[in-house]
Amino acid sequence: MYSAVISLITIFGVIIAALSVSAGLIWLERRLLALWQDRYGPNRVGPFGLLQVLADMIKILSKEDWVPPFADAAVFVVAPAAIIVPVLLTFAIITYAPGIAVADLNIGLLFFLAMSSLAVYGVVLAGWASDSKYSLLGSMRAAAQMLSYEVFMSLSLMGVVMLAGSFDLKNIVEAQKGLWYVVPQFSGMLIFLTAGIAETRRLPFDLPEAEGELVAGFHAEYSGMKFALFFVEEYLGITLISVLICVLFFGGWQGPLLPPLAWLAIKTLFFICFFILLRATFPRPRYDQLMSFGWKVMLPLALLNLVVTGGIVLATR
Amino acid sequence: MISLFKSMWQVFLHAFRKRATIQYPEHKDYLPPRWRGRIILSRDPDGRERCVACYLCAAACPVDCISLQATEDRQGRRYPSFFRINFSRCIFCGYCEEACPTDAIQLTPDFEMCEYDRQNLVYEKEDLLISGPGKYHDYNFYRVAGVAIGGKDKGGAQEEERPTDPLELAP
Amino acid sequence: MVRIFVDNKQHEIEAGQNLLAACLSLGFDLPYFCWHPALHSVGACRQCAVKQFRDEHDTRGRIVMACMTPAGEGVRISIDDPEARAFRAGVIELMMLNHPHDCPVCDEGGECHLQDMTVMTGHSRRRYRGKKRTFHNQDLGPFVNHEMNRCIQCYRCVRFYRDYAGGSDLGAFSLRSQVYFGRHESGVLESEFSGNLAEVCPTGVFTDKSLKRHYTRKWDMQTAPSVCMHCALGCNIIPGSRYGSLRRISNRFNGQVNGYFLCDRGRFGYEFVNSARRLRRPLLRKAGGAPAPVSAAAALRRLRGIIAGCRGIVGIGSPRASLEANYALRRLAGPDRFVSGVSDGGQRLARLAVRILQTGPARSVPPGDIHKSDAVLVLGEDVTNFAPMLDLALRQSVRQRPLRDAAGAIPPWDDTASRGAVQQRRGPLFIATPAAARLDAIATAAWRAAPAEIARLGFMVASLLDQDAPAAAGQGAEERTLAAAIANALEEAERPLVISGAGLGSEAVLEAAANVAWALAESGRPAGLCLTLPEANSMGAALMEGGPLSLAVEAVESGEADTVVILENDLYRRAEPSIVNRLFKARHVIAIDSLDNSTTERASVVLPAATFAESDGTLVNSEGRAQRYFKVMPPLGDVMESWRWLAGITPAAEAAWQTIDDVIGDLEKELPVFTGAGLAAPGADFRIGGQKVARQARSYSGRTAMSANLSVNEPQSPADRDSPLAFSMEGFQGQPPPPLIPRYWEPGWNSAQALNKFQEEVGGPLRGGDPGKRLIEPARRRPHYFQQAPGPFSRSAGRWLLVPLYHIFGSEELSVFSPGIRQLAPSPYLALSPSDAAGLNITAGGLVELQTPAGFIRLPVRLIDALPAGVAGVPVCLPGLEGIVSPGIFAGINAVSEGAGGA
Repeated sequence: MYSAVISLITIFGVIIAALSVSAGLIWLERRLLALWQDRYGPNRVGPFGLLQVLADMIKILSKEDWVPPFADAAVFVVAPAAIIVPVLLTFAIITYAPGIAVADLNIGLLFFLAMSSLAVYGVVLAGWASDSKYSLLGSMRAAAQMLSYEVFMSLSLMGVVMLAGSFDLKNIVEAQKGLWYVVPQFSGMLIFLTAGIAETRRLPFDLPEAEGELVAGFHAEYSGMKFALFFVEEYLGITLISVLICVLFFGGWQGPLLPPLAWLAIKTLFFICFFILLRATFPRPRYDQLMSFGWKVMLPLALLNLVVTGGIVLATR
Repeated sequence: MISLFKSMWQVFLHAFRKRATIQYPEHKDYLPPRWRGRIILSRDPDGRERCVACYLCAAACPVDCISLQATEDRQGRRYPSFFRINFSRCIFCGYCEEACPTDAIQLTPDFEMCEYDRQNLVYEKEDLLISGPGKYHDYNFYRVAGVAIGGKDKGGAQEEERPTDPLELAP
Repeated sequence: MVRIFVDNKQHEIEAGQNLLAACLSLGFDLPYFCWHPALHSVGACRQCAVKQFRDEHDTRGRIVMACMTPAGEGVRISIDDPEARAFRAGVIELMMLNHPHDCPVCDEGGECHLQDMTVMTGHSRRRYRGKKRTFHNQDLGPFVNHEMNRCIQCYRCVRFYRDYAGGSDLGAFSLRSQVYFGRHESGVLESEFSGNLAEVCPTGVFTDKSLKRHYTRKWDMQTAPSVCMHCALGCNIIPGSRYGSLRRISNRFNGQVNGYFLCDRGRFGYEFVNSARRLRRPLLRKAGGAPAPVSAAAALRRLRGIIAGCRGIVGIGSPRASLEANYALRRLAGPDRFVSGVSDGGQRLARLAVRILQTGPARSVPPGDIHKSDAVLVLGEDVTNFAPMLDLALRQSVRQRPLRDAAGAIPPWDDTASRGAVQQRRGPLFIATPAAARLDAIATAAWRAAPAEIARLGFMVASLLDQDAPAAAGQGAEERTLAAAIANALEEAERPLVISGAGLGSEAVLEAAANVAWALAESGRPAGLCLTLPEANSMGAALMEGGPLSLAVEAVESGEADTVVILENDLYRRAEPSIVNRLFKARHVIAIDSLDNSTTERASVVLPAATFAESDGTLVNSEGRAQRYFKVMPPLGDVMESWRWLAGITPAAEAAWQTIDDVIGDLEKELPVFTGAGLAAPGADFRIGGQKVARQARSYSGRTAMSANLSVNEPQSPADRDSPLAFSMEGFQGQPPPPLIPRYWEPGWNSAQALNKFQEEVGGPLRGGDPGKRLIEPARRRPHYFQQAPGPFSRSAGRWLLVPLYHIFGSEELSVFSPGIRQLAPSPYLALSPSDAAGLNITAGGLVELQTPAGFIRLPVRLIDALPAGVAGVPVCLPGLEGIVSPGIFAGINAVSEGAGGA
């Protein structure tokens, strides 16, 4: 009974935290981008413009919920849900602090990889159901990009798994007690970071929506709350990848003085800001550049990392 | 690789620069006279409507938001019987001003024309017509045109000779 | 075919052209002013300068005027040569010295040949510091506006007006840079073709005055191909509309019909579409009560009730309604109860004309070919007023023989030389009419006689041409000489032509004309026959084989039918009121029309019909050519096409007829004579590259503002189910098939001269063939001559034979609603010969009382010298004289004493 209440609290706590963080990111991203572009960003609604999020939500909720007459209505409605569910599910397997986890899964990392593969479906369905050439092009790009980058994303994590000897995220964090894996797995971290950006379709790898060429890509036909879901998914994705980087390479909740959850939050926030700085800095590559970078540079690097790590683990055992 | 991080560092440093944003409406910026804002119809130095309803502004308009109908008064002056600009479509490109052969249509440095109802953005001639010559003080189309209007017969325009008599054969 | 070299590239062209025409046909942009494909070359403007080289080694060359240089074998020219370019730019600069700064207020702006040519040559800045010469303008009447300052002295206006159209009151005055084109004093232009000046003039000197009252630039007009409604020739027109009203008519080239020109009735008669008398809502009239406007749905509901409960329907068709509308009515009423909707006499004449063309060997000549005829006999028709464009064609035809005599030495395109060679010589044109005709001045012989005598002359000519043809007994010596001369001229001609028609209302005259043409054909000549009919679809209505009007009256009076449906027809113009009134005894009289008239005023249900500008339809012109006209603007409010109203109340048709193609398809199936009428234009599902043809030009303006005063949300552009044209600027903007050409425009060619680019070669047919589908071809067999020549005309004491007199402005029903035409329409009168008037003791202007079946009517007398004694002329359907004339009847005329006058 007691444990059921605890897990309910954890479940809702995690969901609410993830959603409010992603909502807050709307404000944070706009303020940070403005900061780095010599502007102010949203500063009118509430203190520091913090209520901008609320205003945006009111606006987007009160917009017409429009399904284009040419769209495949059922799939069109399902797609935004299909894209956000896998991401939310992934939050379940993360151990945020000792004892704070929805599900302490011993194959947690595999579950994450599986969910990130499922996320492709939402994008493809959205593009397909829209029955618009831009949407379809966007979703094809998304599918190809996400599948390609997933390959070495999983490979890049194998180094961590080898070092920790577990797929369980809790064990991985605990294994970093002495040394954060960013040191032995620096190249693995870089590869995972790159792949993570591509998986969340964030700038500079936002070719599936590339507004300069594809209007808004796979969600060009979406509006109102359904459009908002795509956006929330993107910010959830950033949060998720940031948390995972912290957990896998930067010792998770570990740190001195402050409580474990605070450490994780601080580290996550840092990476979120890092993602936004990336967006502020880099232009979008061409699509062929993106693909060849993935297959010709990142994949060999990931393999090399795997072989070297494996060799060292074998040698030191 | 290093250059990527260097760029990120450069961008990051912008966080400490001075802001370029002007905090409108607390602070209003200077708008040059050639600013392309709200469109007006001006009058010639004699206080008459400048617009001769030639339709060139309407033709030049890339969003087709100008419509008018030409008519002629008793004195032979052309003028628009109605002149309508749908500002909810206007993109303030200034092509209409560029096309206007009589300096009648002009864009002004005023952009504060928001409305809660889009219908209120449809301006008719009485909303557009101002009482002065706008940016161009001296031009009066009918002083150079060859058509006769009340008060100016044939030959009365600038650079015109007196009308010839067709039945006169003397050289 | 000959080879010419243009800028060192070889081109194959037709022999016998001038270089300008050849270059334009080849698609080169070479500026010109004075040359016109119908007026040919005079070399006046010096604008089409090109450099000609002796051979490929000649590098110096010399500048020649392309329009005055024959394009012979091996001619080598350069258009692009810098010197030639500089020459052309210089000429433009000189022309522009005096050109006023008028473009913004000039009606020609945007479709100005001078603007186009100036841009083409690159001249853009005025360097000359001197003063501009100016002129006073003249008031040239209600049709043509004069603004002489803009003139560039190309002489096109007088060449068209005097040389081509035979007018005499427009000329060139004064000298040097002060040459003035106008009348000797202000006044209405006399020519019936003055409106063409607006298109012929390359700049804004002559412009359309009716357009000026509701001025719209060419690019702002929504246009569609259409057909003129104001006579039976079926001239092709391009009406332009804006803001839901019709703004002007311009010419649509059809080499087989009207060529480059239109008559003033066709060009300026359009304003009835904007008339305040237009019916806009269905009206239901309770017995004795005022008409109550109802919605279209309510009207249809009421009508369906009437149709379901009625004992029988009589459908009265109309010669001014489309084939589709007439056929829809025929379906509703049934073939036995469908009547043509013209007077019984008119019905007989139209049917006779059809029979003559269908069963005889003489070919009905396309109106566009008439100018090529080299000997013409006009029997009984006042073509200038009845079918005006024939006048223009005949003025060219009389030049054919002298031109042929002069040929060899002079190329046909050299206008100055050929006119100099022809001088005042004219080929044979014989005119036999009761009253003087405009064309008498150019006729070889003009003969005045009563209709019976005219017919007898025809029979006599025929008998001279062919022994088998019956002669008319007892001719006088004068007639015999004339008949011999006519027969002789027709026999000698290469392309003889006989013109007659329904104008005079005499079947004998038509029969005589048929006999002449058949006799010619029998003797192996390519005999042409041109039978004129009164209204736009008279031929179509006649081919539909409806019954006579009396059949309708009988059906109503016998009680067989208690419902009468009148389609676009003011019956009070057709027959005496006493006859028409009998129709209104029916329980229900349903009138479908566009304008309020005497018939709609009495109908119990009135449905607002779309005019030609708001509907699609097929008309058959007097030649037998089916031509499609298209909506220029969508019908507003409850107004609908007549056939749609009828389809809505015809149980069998309601679902079957979705588009006009369905109607014409059914018509072709039911009446084989119309086979091919549907091919007059591509069907509604025709697309070019998946697109409809755009009715609006690329630069059509005001799309997002024109209705913003009503609602800021732009309405969807109206759908057009019936045609491959769209009410939009989205759609195909290039050159569609000829029946669908909505406007003439090519990059750099904004004026009507862009037409050159739409033709296979300059002056030739449109690319893809001139539009229209001929439904009647001559029978290849021996003719059965009409045997019965009428007896000589004998007058009866105290009674006069009434003959109809036509007025181009006034006699036609719809065009009188145009203010300009109304202004020029004469007031009612009675025409008498001076001797008859003297007999009645009446002077010109005195009042007489005419006894008509409709009652007594008082009219002022007009004396016409040549009118035969015993014949009185009554102007047809002038405003106030509708329904008076029944041709061929004798009527008493009494002088009204001065004291009793003015009643």
